[in-house]
Amino acid sequence: MSDMRTPLAKVRGLGSAKDGTDTFWRQRLTAIANIPLLLFFVGLLIALNGAGYDEVRATLGNPFVSLVLVLVLVSGLVHMRIGMKEIIEDYIHDEGIKIALVVLNTFFAFAIGVACVFALLKIAFGG
Amino acid sequence: MSNSTATRPGMRQRPLSPHLQVYRLIPTMVMSIVHRITGAALYVGTLLVAWWLIAAATSESYFEFVNGLYGSWFGRLVLFGYTWALLHHMLGGLRHLVWDTGTAMGKETSTKLAWATIAGSVTLTVLVWIAGYMARGG
Repeated sequence: MSDMRTPLAKVRGLGSAKDGTDTFWRQRLTAIANIPLLLFFVGLLIALNGAGYDEVRATLGNPFVSLVLVLVLVSGLVHMRIGMKEIIEDYIHDEGIKIALVVLNTFFAFAIGVACVFALLKIAFGG
Repeated sequence: MSNSTATRPGMRQRPLSPHLQVYRLIPTMVMSIVHRITGAALYVGTLLVAWWLIAAATSESYFEFVNGLYGSWFGRLVLFGYTWALLHHMLGGLRHLVWDTGTAMGKETSTKLAWATIAGSVTLTVLVWIAGYMARGG
């Protein structure tokens, strides 16, 4: 009776939250991806410093720039959503407020992502 | 908090373990806190990125308006801080990836890494802005 876990649970190794080390791993994966992606973004902003409307749109409309920026957004937003969820869970102890903030956190990440990707596609497709 | 056995009414006062404020601030501790603060700042800062992209997708006059705000002295100050937050969080994150391999966790090494993180992030931020102004001039 020293271990109440079933052999299946032990093999799956998912723990009580049922997603194992998924979040931990995803945070590392996006952290690694964010390094080259955000360096590209910083480089892009350096190159576009002082540029006018037409030049900015021409650059953002370039298929390569557009695609990489979508990756920057997805990887960055996934990473920041996990990070903010962790901050909320650390400091907010009231269960109701905590759940509400965790939900809003997801809404925020998706809203930013959808708005940015839509703006990029609109520019890329010449709208 | 309200459900904690330490604060529930009618419960005997129990001793609490020492909290943050009893410790002297040390470099690794400050960098840990700053890593979290810069992460949260980057979170809020995505609004700036979204606003800029939406402006570029909207119209020339609206883009010029947003570009003008970002180019003002206050806008530049915020963007300078945003650049630093990004680079600091990136270097801090690299440190965490190194720690994930189980290395560089000793007292002296981690303190050196903490100093390297702040020195590196400030240096890189200044370099990025110098490069930005050079791009503008060229």
